[in-house]
Amino acid sequence: MTKVYLDHSAAAPLLPEVREAMMPYLGMDFGNPLSLHDWGDAPRDALEEARVQVAALIGAANPEEVIFTASGTESNNFAIKGLALAQQNKGKHIVISAIEHFSVMNSAKFMEKLGYEVSEVPVDKNGLVDPENVGKAIRPDTVLVSIMHANGEVGTIQPLAEISKITKEKKVVLHTDAVATCGAIPVSVKELGVDALSLAGNPFYGPKGSAALWVRRGVRILPLMDGGIQEGGRRAGTEDIAAIIGMGKAAQIAARDLVERGQKLTQIRDQLINGLPAKIPHVVVTGDLVKRLPGHASFCVEFIEGEAMLMMLNSQGVAVSSGSSCTSRALKASHVLLAMGYNHEIAQGSLLFTMGIQNKPEDIDHVLNVMPPIVERLREMSPVYSKFIKANKGGQ
Amino acid sequence: MPVYSEKVMDHFMHPRNVGEIENADGVGEVGNPVCGDMMTFYIKVKDGRLEDVKYKTFGCGAAIAVSSMVSEMAKGATIEEAQKITPESVAKMLEGLPKQKFHCSNLGAQALNKAIDDYLIKTGKLKADDSKCCPFCDHEDRENDPVCQQGCQVNISEAKTS
Repeated sequence: MTKVYLDHSAAAPLLPEVREAMMPYLGMDFGNPLSLHDWGDAPRDALEEARVQVAALIGAANPEEVIFTASGTESNNFAIKGLALAQQNKGKHIVISAIEHFSVMNSAKFMEKLGYEVSEVPVDKNGLVDPENVGKAIRPDTVLVSIMHANGEVGTIQPLAEISKITKEKKVVLHTDAVATCGAIPVSVKELGVDALSLAGNPFYGPKGSAALWVRRGVRILPLMDGGIQEGGRRAGTEDIAAIIGMGKAAQIAARDLVERGQKLTQIRDQLINGLPAKIPHVVVTGDLVKRLPGHASFCVEFIEGEAMLMMLNSQGVAVSSGSSCTSRALKASHVLLAMGYNHEIAQGSLLFTMGIQNKPEDIDHVLNVMPPIVERLREMSPVYSKFIKANKGGQ
Repeated sequence: MPVYSEKVMDHFMHPRNVGEIENADGVGEVGNPVCGDMMTFYIKVKDGRLEDVKYKTFGCGAAIAVSSMVSEMAKGATIEEAQKITPESVAKMLEGLPKQKFHCSNLGAQALNKAIDDYLIKTGKLKADDSKCCPFCDHEDRENDPVCQQGCQVNISEAKTS
């Protein structure tokens, strides 16, 4: 059976070159970078090389501004809690967008328990934050603004450079969750004008468990992990050297292949974004069509539910994900789609395809072939669809 | 291990008795798109037996499999037998449901029971007030519990008198 993997936002395969670069550190170069004897040398050198490689991917001037962590979630927790706590004497107000990842939203909720206030900036139908609304949300006691660079569920890229103009003017620290964009589109911390940025290795074919938080020199952050002097004392704990080396290698390759990857992924993305609504009626593309991640196609298929589609696509060898209530363990519809103004019924039909560098146009052809009968079958079964058909007939 | 049992996958991929019954003797609709699952059951009754059972379902794999299983269990059964179908017995016949799916997707028995009540009320065999379904939400109130334990938690006897 044809197997097509289109769920790269859930997990991406490791590049062979990356695995190779990691191998020595899972073998003979097992030493601790803090050790003063010979065993510490190779891991220490490799660790600092990886830091340079990651810094280069995001256009950071100083590699020591990169703090390695173990997940994008950890980086976001570190940023929200660490940046806010470091400024607690200045104020206790945080601004985030309504479509942030749970690691940002729930970290902000945690800060509420510590007496902070959180304001959520709304998004429009395409999932875009209006920079003006960020400006309006900032108060004299605002210490942190966190707006994601791109949303992993609908692919919309935010106008961060415009937002940073406002935060700079108001002298508020700006963090961005760039897990979805680093390695996918050009990211420059200088051009974006941010003060802190989260990224993770797996989205650009590095290992899981590799991630980083970049914090601009001069911006204070309180560590969440207390202990030794690793990562300049900002994140204690013995480093996962193999994961970090893998992330560095993957960052180096991503920086090299960025343009080529982007072009290829944009092409197959548009093949699906244009192809699916042309083949199936009542399919809505979610997110912005232009300001959009390459390799990211998201839809709401009306009158049916996402998990049922996902399971049927799986039986045809196609792996995707969905933001419907049934696919979430919390049994809640996607907060992103609801914030964009979609109602529950439509949000239940959410379907997300995230493509990777191994995907080919033929993979999309396969999806376009197997998808229409699946949708038709589920619609025939759907009471919502039969009501719609009856109502339409009555209206004619 | 796959999320769903083989039995659930079989009923999901090959659902039995899908459809609507024109001029059904009873119709029962439960659920809403907010929770993600909606089911409408249609029954045809002859000589105290469910001669035909059909349904339409909006929902996940579990919801579709549950509807299919309920229709199989109910078709040909007497009304009394069909009324004994519970979410628990449906889940058992499906060789188990994932924990988080048990309440949200396991609405088939309620929908069927609502369709039976609809038939009984229409034929004067049951007063609307004696319906076994909670009048304030879609959950059953089989044990005559004054509080709708499974659903909206409303105290039905208090709410009815006030």
